[in-house]
Amino acid sequence: MNLIIDLTKILFIFTLTMGVFAPILGWVERKQSALMQDRIGANRADIFGFTLIGLFHPLADAIKLITKEDFIPQGANKIMHTIAPFISLVPPLIAFAVIPFGGEYIINGRKISLVIADLDVGLLYIFAFASLAIYGPVIAGWASNNNWSLLGALRASAQMISYEVAMGLTVIGVFMVYGSLKLTEIGAGQEEFFKWGIFLQPLGFFMFLTSALAENKRIPFDVAEGESEIVAGYFLEYSGMKFIMFYMAEYIEIITISGIVTTLFFGGWHIPFISTNALISFFSLLLGDTLANIITMIIHIGVFFTKVIFFIWLQMTIRWTVPRFRYDQIMKLGWKILLPLSLLNILVTGIVILLT
Amino acid sequence: MEILAFYILGVGAVVTAIVTVIHRNPVASALHLILTMVFLAGIFVLLNAHFMAVIQIMVYAGAIMVLFVFVIMLLNLQGEKWPPMTWKKLLVSFIGILLVGYCVIKIPGIFKGSILPMATQVTEDFGTTKVVGRRLFTDFLLPFEVTSILLLSAIIGAVILAKMKINKG
Repeated sequence: MNLIIDLTKILFIFTLTMGVFAPILGWVERKQSALMQDRIGANRADIFGFTLIGLFHPLADAIKLITKEDFIPQGANKIMHTIAPFISLVPPLIAFAVIPFGGEYIINGRKISLVIADLDVGLLYIFAFASLAIYGPVIAGWASNNNWSLLGALRASAQMISYEVAMGLTVIGVFMVYGSLKLTEIGAGQEEFFKWGIFLQPLGFFMFLTSALAENKRIPFDVAEGESEIVAGYFLEYSGMKFIMFYMAEYIEIITISGIVTTLFFGGWHIPFISTNALISFFSLLLGDTLANIITMIIHIGVFFTKVIFFIWLQMTIRWTVPRFRYDQIMKLGWKILLPLSLLNILVTGIVILLT
Repeated sequence: MEILAFYILGVGAVVTAIVTVIHRNPVASALHLILTMVFLAGIFVLLNAHFMAVIQIMVYAGAIMVLFVFVIMLLNLQGEKWPPMTWKKLLVSFIGILLVGYCVIKIPGIFKGSILPMATQVTEDFGTTKVVGRRLFTDFLLPFEVTSILLLSAIIGAVILAKMKINKG
Protein backbone atom coordinates (compact mmCIF):
# COMPACT_ATOMS: atom_id res chain seq x y z
CA MET A 1 0.00 0.00 0.00
CA ASN A 2 2.83 2.39 0.88
CA LEU A 3 4.48 1.51 -2.42
CA ILE A 4 1.29 2.36 -4.30
CA ILE A 5 1.00 5.72 -2.53
CA ASP A 6 4.64 6.53 -3.29
CA LEU A 7 4.27 5.54 -6.93
CA THR A 8 1.12 7.66 -7.22
CA LYS A 9 2.96 10.68 -5.85
CA ILE A 10 5.89 10.16 -8.23
CA LEU A 11 3.55 9.66 -11.20
CA PHE A 12 1.54 12.74 -10.23
CA ILE A 13 4.59 15.01 -10.09
CA PHE A 14 6.17 13.46 -13.17
CA THR A 15 3.11 13.82 -15.40
CA LEU A 16 2.44 17.29 -14.04
CA THR A 17 5.94 18.58 -14.77
CA MET A 18 6.90 16.65 -17.91
CA GLY A 19 3.46 16.16 -19.40
CA VAL A 20 1.50 19.28 -18.48
CA PHE A 21 3.72 22.14 -17.32
CA ALA A 22 6.75 21.76 -19.60
CA PRO A 23 4.85 21.70 -22.95
CA ILE A 24 2.39 24.37 -21.91
CA LEU A 25 5.13 26.67 -20.62
CA GLY A 26 6.41 27.02 -24.18
CA TRP A 27 2.98 28.25 -25.16
CA VAL A 28 2.72 30.46 -22.06
CA GLU A 29 6.04 32.06 -22.86
CA ARG A 30 5.00 32.90 -26.42
CA LYS A 31 1.64 34.26 -25.33
CA GLN A 32 3.17 36.25 -22.47
CA SER A 33 5.78 37.82 -24.75
CA ALA A 34 3.07 38.61 -27.31
CA LEU A 35 0.95 40.23 -24.62
CA MET A 36 3.84 42.36 -23.44
CA GLN A 37 4.88 43.37 -26.95
CA ASP A 38 1.31 44.06 -28.11
CA ARG A 39 1.19 41.16 -30.55
CA ILE A 40 -1.31 38.33 -30.93
CA GLY A 41 1.12 35.48 -30.40
CA ALA A 42 0.98 31.86 -31.37
CA ASN A 43 -2.42 31.20 -32.99
CA ARG A 44 -1.73 29.50 -36.35
CA ALA A 45 -1.79 25.79 -35.56
CA ASP A 46 -5.36 24.55 -35.91
CA ILE A 47 -7.30 21.32 -36.09
CA PHE A 48 -10.33 21.69 -38.42
CA GLY A 49 -10.20 25.44 -37.96
CA PHE A 50 -10.17 25.36 -34.16
CA THR A 51 -7.08 27.08 -32.80
CA LEU A 52 -7.94 26.88 -29.06
CA ILE A 53 -6.02 30.14 -28.39
CA GLY A 54 -2.87 28.57 -29.81
CA LEU A 55 -2.84 25.59 -27.47
CA PHE A 56 -2.23 23.21 -30.37
CA HIS A 57 1.21 24.74 -30.84
CA PRO A 58 2.94 22.53 -28.25
CA LEU A 59 1.54 19.50 -30.11
CA ALA A 60 2.67 20.85 -33.49
CA ASP A 61 6.10 21.65 -32.05
CA ALA A 62 6.44 18.14 -30.66
CA ILE A 63 5.57 16.54 -34.03
CA LYS A 64 7.95 18.86 -35.85
CA LEU A 65 10.85 18.23 -33.48
CA ILE A 66 10.43 14.45 -33.38
CA THR A 67 10.45 14.20 -37.17
CA LYS A 68 13.43 16.52 -37.59
CA GLU A 69 16.86 15.23 -38.52
CA ASP A 70 19.06 14.51 -35.53
CA PHE A 71 22.32 16.13 -36.53
CA ILE A 72 25.71 15.36 -35.01
CA PRO A 73 28.52 17.57 -36.32
CA GLN A 74 31.70 16.12 -37.79
CA GLY A 75 34.46 15.60 -35.27
CA ALA A 76 32.03 15.71 -32.37
CA ASN A 77 32.15 13.15 -29.60
CA LYS A 78 29.02 11.14 -30.49
CA ILE A 79 28.37 9.55 -27.10
CA MET A 80 28.81 12.74 -25.08
CA HIS A 81 26.92 14.79 -27.64
CA THR A 82 23.99 12.41 -27.13
CA ILE A 83 24.00 12.15 -23.34
CA ALA A 84 24.48 15.88 -22.65
CA PRO A 85 20.77 16.85 -23.07
CA PHE A 86 19.76 14.00 -20.73
CA ILE A 87 22.29 15.14 -18.14
CA SER A 88 20.84 18.64 -18.16
CA LEU A 89 17.25 17.37 -17.98
CA VAL A 90 17.61 15.04 -15.00
CA PRO A 91 18.82 17.35 -12.16
CA PRO A 92 15.92 19.84 -12.17
CA LEU A 93 13.41 17.01 -12.47
CA ILE A 94 14.94 14.96 -9.65
CA ALA A 95 15.07 18.01 -7.36
CA PHE A 96 11.28 18.00 -7.21
CA ALA A 97 11.40 14.86 -5.06
CA VAL A 98 11.96 16.80 -1.82
CA ILE A 99 9.52 19.66 -2.46
CA PRO A 100 6.31 19.14 -0.49
CA PHE A 101 3.17 19.96 -2.44
CA GLY A 102 0.89 19.54 0.57
CA GLY A 103 0.93 18.84 4.29
CA GLU A 104 0.08 15.67 6.20
CA TYR A 105 -3.40 14.18 6.05
CA ILE A 106 -5.01 11.23 7.77
CA ILE A 107 -7.07 9.22 5.33
CA ASN A 108 -8.61 5.95 6.59
CA GLY A 109 -6.25 6.02 9.57
CA ARG A 110 -3.23 6.23 7.29
CA LYS A 111 -0.95 9.22 7.45
CA ILE A 112 -0.24 10.60 4.00
CA SER A 113 2.51 13.16 3.58
CA LEU A 114 2.47 14.92 0.23
CA VAL A 115 6.17 14.78 -0.54
CA ILE A 116 7.96 12.10 -2.53
CA ALA A 117 11.04 11.85 -0.29
CA ASP A 118 11.14 13.62 3.07
CA LEU A 119 14.92 13.65 3.41
CA ASP A 120 16.70 14.94 6.47
CA VAL A 121 19.16 16.85 4.28
CA GLY A 122 16.22 18.45 2.46
CA LEU A 123 17.28 21.50 0.56
CA LEU A 124 20.93 20.40 0.46
CA TYR A 125 19.77 17.57 -1.79
CA ILE A 126 18.45 20.13 -4.27
CA PHE A 127 21.74 22.01 -4.15
CA ALA A 128 23.67 18.78 -4.70
CA PHE A 129 21.76 18.09 -7.89
CA ALA A 130 21.81 21.73 -8.94
CA SER A 131 25.60 21.54 -8.80
CA LEU A 132 25.48 18.50 -11.10
CA ALA A 133 23.36 20.49 -13.58
CA ILE A 134 26.54 22.26 -14.71
CA TYR A 135 27.69 19.15 -16.56
CA GLY A 136 24.85 19.29 -19.10
CA PRO A 137 25.97 22.57 -20.72
CA VAL A 138 29.66 21.80 -20.21
CA ILE A 139 29.55 18.40 -21.90
CA ALA A 140 27.23 19.71 -24.63
CA GLY A 141 29.56 22.60 -25.39
CA TRP A 142 32.69 20.50 -25.38
CA ALA A 143 31.32 17.53 -27.34
CA SER A 144 29.95 19.70 -30.16
CA ASN A 145 33.46 20.44 -31.49
CA ASN A 146 32.54 24.07 -32.07
CA ASN A 147 34.24 27.14 -30.66
CA TRP A 148 31.00 29.01 -30.02
CA SER A 149 29.65 26.03 -28.15
CA LEU A 150 32.75 25.77 -25.99
CA LEU A 151 32.59 29.49 -25.21
CA GLY A 152 28.94 29.10 -24.23
CA ALA A 153 29.81 26.14 -22.03
CA LEU A 154 32.56 28.07 -20.28
CA ARG A 155 30.30 31.05 -19.71
CA ALA A 156 27.50 28.82 -18.45
CA SER A 157 29.66 26.90 -16.00
CA ALA A 158 31.44 29.96 -14.60
CA GLN A 159 28.11 31.70 -14.11
CA MET A 160 26.44 28.68 -12.51
CA ILE A 161 29.31 28.08 -10.09
CA SER A 162 29.32 31.76 -9.06
CA TYR A 163 25.62 31.94 -8.39
CA GLU A 164 25.51 28.58 -6.67
CA VAL A 165 27.60 30.12 -3.88
CA ALA A 166 25.26 33.07 -3.44
CA MET A 167 22.18 30.82 -3.70
CA GLY A 168 23.48 28.43 -1.05
CA LEU A 169 24.28 31.25 1.36
CA THR A 170 20.94 33.03 0.97
CA VAL A 171 18.91 30.04 2.12
CA ILE A 172 20.99 29.62 5.28
CA GLY A 173 18.93 32.46 6.78
CA VAL A 174 15.79 30.41 6.11
CA PHE A 175 17.33 27.36 7.79
CA MET A 176 18.18 29.47 10.82
CA VAL A 177 14.68 30.92 11.13
CA TYR A 178 12.81 27.61 10.85
CA GLY A 179 15.52 25.52 12.49
CA SER A 180 15.42 22.74 9.92
CA LEU A 181 16.73 21.68 6.53
CA LYS A 182 13.62 19.62 5.84
CA LEU A 183 11.35 21.34 3.35
CA THR A 184 8.30 19.76 5.00
CA GLU A 185 9.22 21.31 8.35
CA ILE A 186 10.01 24.67 6.74
CA GLY A 187 6.62 24.52 5.03
CA ALA A 188 4.84 23.51 8.23
CA GLY A 189 6.52 26.38 10.08
CA GLN A 190 4.76 28.88 7.83
CA GLU A 191 1.19 28.11 8.80
CA GLU A 192 0.69 31.59 10.25
CA PHE A 193 0.57 34.26 7.59
CA PHE A 194 3.12 36.54 9.25
CA LYS A 195 5.60 33.69 9.64
CA TRP A 196 5.98 33.30 5.89
CA GLY A 197 9.56 33.46 4.65
CA ILE A 198 8.91 36.67 2.74
CA PHE A 199 8.24 38.48 6.03
CA LEU A 200 11.07 36.88 8.01
CA GLN A 201 13.64 36.83 5.21
CA PRO A 202 12.69 39.58 2.73
CA LEU A 203 16.26 40.14 1.55
CA GLY A 204 16.77 36.40 1.30
CA PHE A 205 13.78 36.08 -1.02
CA PHE A 206 15.00 38.66 -3.52
CA MET A 207 18.54 37.32 -3.49
CA PHE A 208 17.36 33.75 -3.87
CA LEU A 209 15.13 34.61 -6.82
CA THR A 210 17.93 36.55 -8.52
CA SER A 211 20.48 33.80 -8.12
CA ALA A 212 17.94 31.17 -9.14
CA LEU A 213 17.26 33.09 -12.36
CA ALA A 214 20.99 33.30 -12.99
CA GLU A 215 21.35 29.59 -12.23
CA ASN A 216 18.72 28.88 -14.89
CA LYS A 217 20.63 30.99 -17.45
CA ARG A 218 17.57 32.91 -18.65
CA ILE A 219 17.45 36.56 -19.70
CA PRO A 220 18.81 38.80 -18.13
CA PHE A 221 21.47 36.20 -17.32
CA ASP A 222 21.57 34.37 -20.64
CA VAL A 223 25.10 35.20 -21.77
CA ALA A 224 25.67 31.45 -22.05
CA GLU A 225 23.27 31.49 -25.01
CA GLY A 226 23.83 35.06 -26.14
CA GLU A 227 22.50 34.55 -29.67
CA SER A 228 23.80 37.96 -30.77
CA GLU A 229 27.31 37.27 -29.44
CA ILE A 230 28.07 33.57 -29.57
CA VAL A 231 25.23 32.35 -31.84
CA ALA A 232 23.43 30.07 -29.39
CA GLY A 233 26.12 28.97 -27.00
CA TYR A 234 26.32 25.40 -25.83
CA PHE A 235 23.29 24.02 -27.70
CA LEU A 236 24.28 25.52 -31.05
CA GLU A 237 24.97 22.12 -32.62
CA TYR A 238 21.76 20.47 -31.45
CA SER A 239 18.62 19.80 -33.43
CA GLY A 240 15.34 17.96 -33.09
CA MET A 241 14.50 16.20 -29.83
CA LYS A 242 17.91 16.83 -28.26
CA PHE A 243 17.52 20.56 -28.83
CA ILE A 244 14.10 20.64 -27.21
CA MET A 245 15.44 18.70 -24.22
CA PHE A 246 17.55 21.71 -23.27
CA TYR A 247 14.41 23.79 -23.39
CA MET A 248 12.49 21.21 -21.36
CA ALA A 249 15.29 21.35 -18.79
CA GLU A 250 14.95 25.13 -18.65
CA TYR A 251 11.18 24.99 -18.20
CA ILE A 252 11.35 22.27 -15.56
CA GLU A 253 13.92 24.34 -13.73
CA ILE A 254 11.48 27.25 -13.79
CA ILE A 255 8.87 25.01 -12.16
CA THR A 256 11.38 23.69 -9.62
CA ILE A 257 12.54 27.21 -8.72
CA SER A 258 8.91 28.29 -8.31
CA GLY A 259 8.28 25.26 -6.10
CA ILE A 260 11.29 26.04 -3.89
CA VAL A 261 10.41 29.75 -3.64
CA THR A 262 6.83 28.89 -2.74
CA THR A 263 7.93 26.46 -0.05
CA LEU A 264 10.68 28.62 1.43
CA PHE A 265 9.18 32.09 1.26
CA PHE A 266 5.47 31.93 0.48
CA GLY A 267 3.99 29.49 2.93
CA GLY A 268 4.04 26.40 0.75
CA TRP A 269 0.60 24.85 0.70
CA HIS A 270 -0.91 27.10 3.38
CA ILE A 271 -3.75 29.54 2.75
CA PRO A 272 -3.24 32.94 4.45
CA PHE A 273 -5.16 33.25 7.76
CA ILE A 274 -6.78 29.79 7.45
CA SER A 275 -4.99 27.06 9.36
CA THR A 276 -5.08 23.43 8.29
CA ASN A 277 -6.91 22.38 11.45
CA ALA A 278 -9.60 25.00 10.92
CA LEU A 279 -10.10 23.80 7.37
CA ILE A 280 -10.31 20.14 8.36
CA SER A 281 -12.66 20.76 11.29
CA PHE A 282 -14.90 22.95 9.12
CA PHE A 283 -15.29 20.25 6.47
CA SER A 284 -15.57 17.41 8.97
CA LEU A 285 -18.66 19.07 10.46
CA LEU A 286 -20.38 18.61 7.14
CA LEU A 287 -18.77 15.56 5.57
CA GLY A 288 -16.98 13.45 8.19
CA ASP A 289 -13.27 13.13 8.92
CA THR A 290 -11.98 11.15 5.95
CA LEU A 291 -13.73 13.22 3.31
CA ALA A 292 -12.69 16.43 5.10
CA ASN A 293 -9.05 15.34 4.94
CA ILE A 294 -9.32 14.48 1.26
CA ILE A 295 -10.94 17.83 0.42
CA THR A 296 -8.34 19.73 2.46
CA MET A 297 -5.61 17.83 0.65
CA ILE A 298 -7.02 18.74 -2.76
CA ILE A 299 -7.42 22.39 -1.74
CA HIS A 300 -3.83 22.50 -0.47
CA ILE A 301 -2.46 20.95 -3.68
CA GLY A 302 -4.45 23.54 -5.61
CA VAL A 303 -3.13 26.38 -3.44
CA PHE A 304 0.44 25.18 -3.78
CA PHE A 305 0.29 24.95 -7.56
CA THR A 306 -1.51 28.31 -7.82
CA LYS A 307 1.44 29.88 -6.04
CA VAL A 308 3.82 27.94 -8.30
CA ILE A 309 1.99 29.21 -11.38
CA PHE A 310 2.25 32.77 -10.03
CA PHE A 311 6.03 32.46 -9.76
CA ILE A 312 6.24 30.90 -13.22
CA TRP A 313 4.38 33.95 -14.50
CA LEU A 314 6.74 36.24 -12.58
CA GLN A 315 9.78 34.58 -14.13
CA MET A 316 8.24 34.83 -17.61
CA THR A 317 7.56 38.53 -17.05
CA ILE A 318 11.11 39.19 -15.89
CA ARG A 319 12.37 37.28 -18.94
CA TRP A 320 10.54 39.63 -21.33
CA THR A 321 11.15 42.87 -19.40
CA VAL A 322 14.87 43.13 -18.71
CA PRO A 323 17.62 43.26 -21.36
CA ARG A 324 20.66 41.00 -21.16
CA PHE A 325 23.45 41.94 -18.75
CA ARG A 326 27.06 42.10 -19.83
CA TYR A 327 29.21 39.23 -18.60
CA ASP A 328 31.31 41.32 -16.22
CA GLN A 329 28.12 42.83 -14.78
CA ILE A 330 26.80 39.35 -14.06
CA MET A 331 30.01 38.36 -12.31
CA LYS A 332 30.05 41.61 -10.35
CA LEU A 333 26.47 41.10 -9.22
CA GLY A 334 27.19 37.55 -8.12
CA TRP A 335 30.47 38.01 -6.29
CA LYS A 336 30.51 41.63 -5.16
CA ILE A 337 26.86 42.28 -4.33
CA LEU A 338 24.96 39.04 -3.68
CA LEU A 339 27.73 37.24 -1.80
CA PRO A 340 28.45 40.00 0.79
CA LEU A 341 24.74 40.73 1.14
CA SER A 342 23.94 37.09 1.82
CA LEU A 343 26.67 36.95 4.46
CA LEU A 344 25.21 40.10 6.01
CA ASN A 345 21.78 38.48 5.89
CA ILE A 346 23.12 35.49 7.86
CA LEU A 347 24.74 37.80 10.43
CA VAL A 348 21.60 39.90 10.95
CA THR A 349 19.38 36.82 11.13
CA GLY A 350 21.72 35.33 13.72
CA ILE A 351 21.69 38.48 15.85
CA VAL A 352 17.89 38.73 15.71
CA ILE A 353 17.48 35.06 16.66
CA LEU A 354 19.93 35.53 19.54
CA LEU A 355 18.07 38.58 20.85
CA THR A 356 14.54 37.16 20.65
CA MET B 1 17.77 -5.23 -0.80
CA GLU B 2 20.52 -3.29 0.95
CA ILE B 3 23.12 -5.87 -0.06
CA LEU B 4 21.96 -5.69 -3.68
CA ALA B 5 22.19 -1.89 -3.65
CA PHE B 6 25.66 -2.15 -2.12
CA TYR B 7 26.87 -4.52 -4.83
CA ILE B 8 25.48 -2.33 -7.61
CA LEU B 9 27.06 0.81 -6.13
CA GLY B 10 30.32 -0.91 -5.22
CA VAL B 11 30.78 -2.54 -8.64
CA GLY B 12 29.82 0.78 -10.26
CA ALA B 13 32.38 2.68 -8.21
CA VAL B 14 35.17 0.20 -8.93
CA VAL B 15 34.42 -0.08 -12.66
CA THR B 16 34.19 3.69 -13.18
CA ALA B 17 37.40 4.15 -11.17
CA ILE B 18 39.20 1.64 -13.42
CA VAL B 19 37.81 3.35 -16.54
CA THR B 20 39.07 6.68 -15.17
CA VAL B 21 42.59 5.29 -15.12
CA ILE B 22 42.63 3.38 -18.41
CA HIS B 23 40.48 5.56 -20.69
CA ARG B 24 42.52 7.31 -23.38
CA ASN B 25 40.35 10.42 -23.58
CA PRO B 26 41.07 12.71 -20.59
CA VAL B 27 37.58 14.25 -20.63
CA ALA B 28 35.98 10.81 -20.51
CA SER B 29 38.31 9.94 -17.63
CA ALA B 30 37.20 13.02 -15.70
CA LEU B 31 33.53 12.25 -16.32
CA HIS B 32 34.01 8.70 -15.08
CA LEU B 33 35.65 10.09 -11.96
CA ILE B 34 32.45 12.12 -11.39
CA LEU B 35 30.44 8.91 -11.70
CA THR B 36 32.75 7.30 -9.11
CA MET B 37 31.97 10.16 -6.72
CA VAL B 38 28.24 9.68 -7.29
CA PHE B 39 28.48 5.94 -6.58
CA LEU B 40 30.48 6.68 -3.41
CA ALA B 41 27.73 9.07 -2.35
CA GLY B 42 25.28 6.20 -2.83
CA ILE B 43 27.39 4.03 -0.50
CA PHE B 44 27.31 6.86 2.08
CA VAL B 45 23.51 6.80 1.88
CA LEU B 46 23.57 3.06 2.57
CA LEU B 47 25.68 3.78 5.65
CA ASN B 48 22.94 6.16 6.83
CA ALA B 49 25.22 9.17 6.36
CA HIS B 50 22.88 11.28 4.23
CA PHE B 51 24.65 14.52 5.04
CA MET B 52 28.00 13.09 3.98
CA ALA B 53 26.46 11.79 0.75
CA VAL B 54 25.03 15.17 -0.19
CA ILE B 55 28.26 16.97 0.66
CA GLN B 56 30.20 14.40 -1.35
CA ILE B 57 28.13 15.20 -4.45
CA MET B 58 28.05 18.95 -3.81
CA VAL B 59 31.75 19.46 -3.12
CA TYR B 60 33.53 16.74 -5.08
CA ALA B 61 31.25 15.99 -8.02
CA GLY B 62 29.73 19.45 -8.27
CA ALA B 63 32.59 21.81 -7.53
CA ILE B 64 36.04 20.24 -7.65
CA MET B 65 35.39 18.06 -10.68
CA VAL B 66 33.96 21.04 -12.58
CA LEU B 67 37.37 22.65 -12.19
CA PHE B 68 39.09 19.47 -13.44
CA VAL B 69 36.82 19.24 -16.47
CA PHE B 70 37.30 22.94 -17.11
CA VAL B 71 41.08 22.67 -17.15
CA ILE B 72 41.10 19.57 -19.33
CA MET B 73 38.72 21.13 -21.84
CA LEU B 74 40.67 24.40 -22.01
CA LEU B 75 44.00 22.63 -22.46
CA ASN B 76 42.32 20.67 -25.28
CA LEU B 77 44.15 17.47 -24.41
CA GLN B 78 43.97 14.85 -27.12
CA GLY B 79 43.57 11.14 -26.60
CA GLU B 80 46.68 9.42 -25.32
CA LYS B 81 48.47 6.82 -27.44
CA TRP B 82 49.98 3.76 -25.79
CA PRO B 83 53.77 4.17 -25.61
CA PRO B 84 55.81 1.47 -27.40
CA MET B 85 56.56 -1.62 -25.32
CA THR B 86 60.17 -2.30 -24.36
CA TRP B 87 61.71 -5.27 -22.54
CA LYS B 88 62.41 -3.12 -19.52
CA LYS B 89 58.79 -2.01 -19.23
CA LEU B 90 57.56 -5.56 -19.73
CA LEU B 91 59.79 -6.78 -16.89
CA VAL B 92 58.66 -3.95 -14.58
CA SER B 93 54.98 -4.54 -15.25
CA PHE B 94 55.45 -8.31 -14.74
CA ILE B 95 56.99 -7.68 -11.31
CA GLY B 96 54.23 -5.20 -10.53
CA ILE B 97 51.49 -7.72 -11.37
CA LEU B 98 53.24 -10.35 -9.21
CA LEU B 99 53.42 -7.97 -6.25
CA VAL B 100 49.75 -6.97 -6.56
CA GLY B 101 48.77 -10.63 -6.81
CA TYR B 102 50.77 -11.45 -3.68
CA CYS B 103 49.05 -8.60 -1.79
CA VAL B 104 45.60 -9.77 -2.89
CA ILE B 105 46.32 -13.28 -1.64
CA LYS B 106 47.75 -12.07 1.67
CA ILE B 107 45.11 -9.45 2.59
CA PRO B 108 42.51 -11.93 3.97
CA GLY B 109 45.22 -13.48 6.13
CA ILE B 110 45.94 -10.14 7.81
CA PHE B 111 42.35 -9.67 8.88
CA LYS B 112 41.87 -13.30 9.98
CA GLY B 113 43.66 -13.10 13.27
CA SER B 114 42.67 -9.62 14.36
CA ILE B 115 39.24 -8.89 15.78
CA LEU B 116 37.64 -5.91 14.18
CA PRO B 117 35.76 -3.71 16.63
CA MET B 118 32.07 -4.49 16.48
CA ALA B 119 29.92 -1.78 15.03
CA THR B 120 28.35 0.02 17.93
CA GLN B 121 24.61 0.41 17.95
CA VAL B 122 23.86 3.58 16.05
CA THR B 123 21.24 5.91 17.37
CA GLU B 124 18.12 6.87 15.47
CA ASP B 125 19.47 10.27 14.42
CA PHE B 126 22.89 8.97 13.33
CA GLY B 127 24.26 10.86 10.34
CA THR B 128 21.61 13.56 10.34
CA THR B 129 22.64 17.13 9.68
CA LYS B 130 21.92 18.17 13.26
CA VAL B 131 24.07 15.47 14.85
CA VAL B 132 26.95 15.92 12.41
CA GLY B 133 26.86 19.69 12.91
CA ARG B 134 26.79 19.38 16.71
CA ARG B 135 29.74 16.98 16.75
CA LEU B 136 31.62 19.23 14.35
CA PHE B 137 31.22 22.30 16.54
CA THR B 138 31.85 20.62 19.91
CA ASP B 139 34.08 17.51 19.82
CA PHE B 140 35.91 18.34 16.60
CA LEU B 141 36.01 22.12 16.83
CA LEU B 142 39.80 22.42 16.63
CA PRO B 143 40.27 20.27 13.49
CA PHE B 144 37.30 22.03 11.93
CA GLU B 145 38.77 25.49 12.54
CA VAL B 146 42.23 24.38 11.41
CA THR B 147 40.68 23.11 8.16
CA SER B 148 38.91 26.39 7.61
CA ILE B 149 42.19 28.31 8.10
CA LEU B 150 43.79 25.98 5.55
CA LEU B 151 40.99 26.69 3.07
CA LEU B 152 41.23 30.41 3.75
CA SER B 153 44.95 30.40 2.99
CA ALA B 154 44.19 28.54 -0.26
CA ILE B 155 41.64 31.21 -1.20
CA ILE B 156 44.08 34.02 -0.45
CA GLY B 157 46.75 32.21 -2.45
CA ALA B 158 44.38 31.90 -5.41
CA VAL B 159 43.54 35.60 -5.26
CA ILE B 160 47.22 36.59 -5.11
CA LEU B 161 48.07 34.31 -8.04
CA ALA B 162 45.23 35.77 -10.09
CA LYS B 163 46.33 39.32 -9.27
CA MET B 164 49.95 38.66 -10.19
CA LYS B 165 49.11 37.80 -13.80
CA ILE B 166 47.26 41.08 -14.32
CA ASN B 167 50.29 43.10 -13.13
CA LYS B 168 52.69 41.27 -15.44
CA GLY B 169 50.47 41.28 -18.50
